[in-house]
Amino acid sequence: MGIFYSFLATIALVLFVSIGILGLEWKSFFTLVVPYAATVLFIAGLIYRVLKWGSSPVPFHIPTTSGQQKSLPWIKPNNIDSPYTTGGVLARIALEVLFFRSLFWNERVELRRAYELLFKRNLYLWFGGLAFHWALLIILIRHLRFFTEPVPSFVLLIQALDGILQSIAPTFFISNIFILGALIYLFVRRVIYPQMRYISLPSDYFALFILLGVVFSGILMRFFFKADLVKVKGWVMGMLSFNPVPPEGMSLLFYIHLFFVSFLIAYFPFSKMIHMAGIFLSPTRNLSNNSRNHRHMNPWDKPVKVHTYEEYEAEFKEVMKEVGLPLEKE
Amino acid sequence: MKMAQGISSQEERYRIDYTPPKKGWLEPKIEFRKGTYCYPASLKHQKYLELPNQREWQPAEQDWKLPENWKEIILEGMKDRLQRYRSFKLFLDICVRCGACADKCHYFIGSGDPKNMPVLRAELLRSVYRRYFTLTGKVFGRLAGARALTEDVLKEWFYYFYQCTECRRCSVFCPYGIDTCEITMMARELLNLVGCNINWIIEPASNCYRTGNHLGVLPHAFKTTMDFAVDEVKEITGIKVEPTINRKGAEILFISPSADYFASPHWYTFLGYLILFHEIGLDYTWSTYASEGGNFGLFHSMELAKRLNAKIYAEAKRLKVKWILGGECGHMWRVIHQYMDTFNGPTGFLEEPVSPITGTHFENAQSTKMVHICEFTADLIQNNQLKLDPSRNDHWKVTFHDSCNTSRSMGLVEEPRYILNKVCNHFYEMPENTIKERTFCCGSGSGLGSDENIETRLRGGLPRANAVKYVKEQFGVNLVTCICAIDRATLPTLFEYWVPGMEVSGLHELVGNAIVMKGEKERTTDLRGKILNSLTPPSPPTGRGEGEGEGHDHV
Repeated sequence: MGIFYSFLATIALVLFVSIGILGLEWKSFFTLVVPYAATVLFIAGLIYRVLKWGSSPVPFHIPTTSGQQKSLPWIKPNNIDSPYTTGGVLARIALEVLFFRSLFWNERVELRRAYELLFKRNLYLWFGGLAFHWALLIILIRHLRFFTEPVPSFVLLIQALDGILQSIAPTFFISNIFILGALIYLFVRRVIYPQMRYISLPSDYFALFILLGVVFSGILMRFFFKADLVKVKGWVMGMLSFNPVPPEGMSLLFYIHLFFVSFLIAYFPFSKMIHMAGIFLSPTRNLSNNSRNHRHMNPWDKPVKVHTYEEYEAEFKEVMKEVGLPLEKE
Repeated sequence: MKMAQGISSQEERYRIDYTPPKKGWLEPKIEFRKGTYCYPASLKHQKYLELPNQREWQPAEQDWKLPENWKEIILEGMKDRLQRYRSFKLFLDICVRCGACADKCHYFIGSGDPKNMPVLRAELLRSVYRRYFTLTGKVFGRLAGARALTEDVLKEWFYYFYQCTECRRCSVFCPYGIDTCEITMMARELLNLVGCNINWIIEPASNCYRTGNHLGVLPHAFKTTMDFAVDEVKEITGIKVEPTINRKGAEILFISPSADYFASPHWYTFLGYLILFHEIGLDYTWSTYASEGGNFGLFHSMELAKRLNAKIYAEAKRLKVKWILGGECGHMWRVIHQYMDTFNGPTGFLEEPVSPITGTHFENAQSTKMVHICEFTADLIQNNQLKLDPSRNDHWKVTFHDSCNTSRSMGLVEEPRYILNKVCNHFYEMPENTIKERTFCCGSGSGLGSDENIETRLRGGLPRANAVKYVKEQFGVNLVTCICAIDRATLPTLFEYWVPGMEVSGLHELVGNAIVMKGEKERTTDLRGKILNSLTPPSPPTGRGEGEGEGHDHV
């Protein structure tokens, strides 16, 4: 059901842009209004979400410790999984963000026979997730060539490395294969594993379909319906200097690609994709395990009703006296 | 598959089926089958703690006697908590449903119920959050995974949020560190706003508030118990230990979970403490007012946790001790390590903990000023302050069960292992997927260890029991040692079913066995009264040892 609705919504987006371009000739709308609006939504949405999270305090010190604490000097502490310095915390977050460290330890439990469990290290999700995110990052960096003049050398370098196999297959980027493969894997696992299908929401499929739409249209443009990159760059640079001119003579595929990208970034802050920003704020990961030697303050802390020793002694004075326990009031 | 239908074989009774149902999860499931849920709090204890919506009620009945405006209360409570807890807001927002957490939960592994996957457990709450607090949820409704808050949804919350032991295992594996424990804590706070709580949490909390400990041990009974323990230590070692109670001016206040001095097999750990402290000549005192390290308030609300926790510092101040030493308990250390200083600090009236025996500064505890007994004992042993004869534990082949809280909320991993390696000769680790930060819950933590909840407990305990069974078969292990009072109370029941013949002990029971006291008589029995036959460890045992008393009490 979720898949069906999400797919329908994705098709609707394609139809919308097709009719808009082929029927109504809304070229300025799709190349100026939509990208600008999407960018504004993206930036404003991202700031809004982060500020909204930030506006709630972290009242308690609750890191998840996945390694040895720093206690006695002769016991080797684990400064990454149970960090006790800021450096340790930064390393933990960096490893999480860059290499999905927690997912790297993923394992699968199977029932070997009745009531007998078998644990197996499982790296598929880790690899699939990592491949997707890194490929996306590399593709984004490659696209910087449209946004910069002169193009920075690291962009050219990454583009050259990514295209290192082009001597065998022209216009072939490694990142394209990885992102396509990873997205298909991430989709297929949601469909074929009963548990995954059970927990998946329409929005989970929708995010994948939008990304697949971006990637498909991009690859098709690269291979079959080549866009005039000089014109594209001229248009992007015009947008950046707020002096935009719609590019002329672009194919429908260009508009579809652009619309999917615009939709993606506009949708981004309001979807689960916001996890990109959220991970940095996660209190189980970004706090150091030092709560016994640094007092953590709770900004909304307030006094509570307690049962004082005086009340306690008043109630139990007789029996305490009986067994010779010392009393305050005697 | 009701037990009543006469299905008796183990194979059938707790059959695990991982196939999810046809119907989507947005439909609430509200079947309250005996054995899978806990009974609500008795009126007496609701009253004593002045909890909201006090009443007698039963989950299995149709009418939960909720207040007229219950929905408003819950939604207001949710809004309030979203503003007070970043964790709550963030964890409701950023889950991508990747499923990595699914088979990390002991309850899911043991039951196959998809709503026991941490991701779905959180979605039960998230779906309501979306409906009332997010734009997409308001606009797209079910398509966005949003659903209205109904009584059935509330009942489902009750069922599943009292089917999570707040063990945090899922948070180790989540790529964003989403901690279902936080979600469960919030959900329970919300449920408690309309008076939906369970007796196994409320009664101990109420007891603790009044008498100082979960079990409701009154001061004179505490004293009698202590005298009894002193006699028992004398009988075994020939030494008269001299613990003091409520003594002002002692250097150290010692606080352990109350089960240690009341339940079995905790009792032998209690004897171990007494032997250890006597042997090193520690200037310490017990307290009857703060006679509980554990904190069942934590399983109800942060407020109740703070109310109960206040006694520890208050008593340390009253008795004018320098610092506090804490016994073997899991959730107790969650509170002490991650909450106590924030709740009830600052601790200017105490001094930085320094071991009076070795001079070691416990720098890691210089603000909270409370030291874990494993840190304390490990330091003693490392400084050669204890004469140990590990062969006195040769009748045990030992494995170590990490408590969820000390491993995942504290990082106390190597200290107990160091001690264990010094006090016994036969220590075998369980498979690495089931120890340290990946340890499995006993299935009865966070206040769910009641007898009426037995099916859920046995299912949830399966992964732990399975690993224990493995080391039993591989190495002939016959003792599971742990540093958690809930474990000691509930693991025996678990093993009786899944791994018959397995015994459970605290770590300081083995320490007590191994310590060679100055002037002691030759020991003929261990602390359990078992005749010592130090020559050969037995091969895998075939039956349980002598009867162990109750051991199912609150801790």
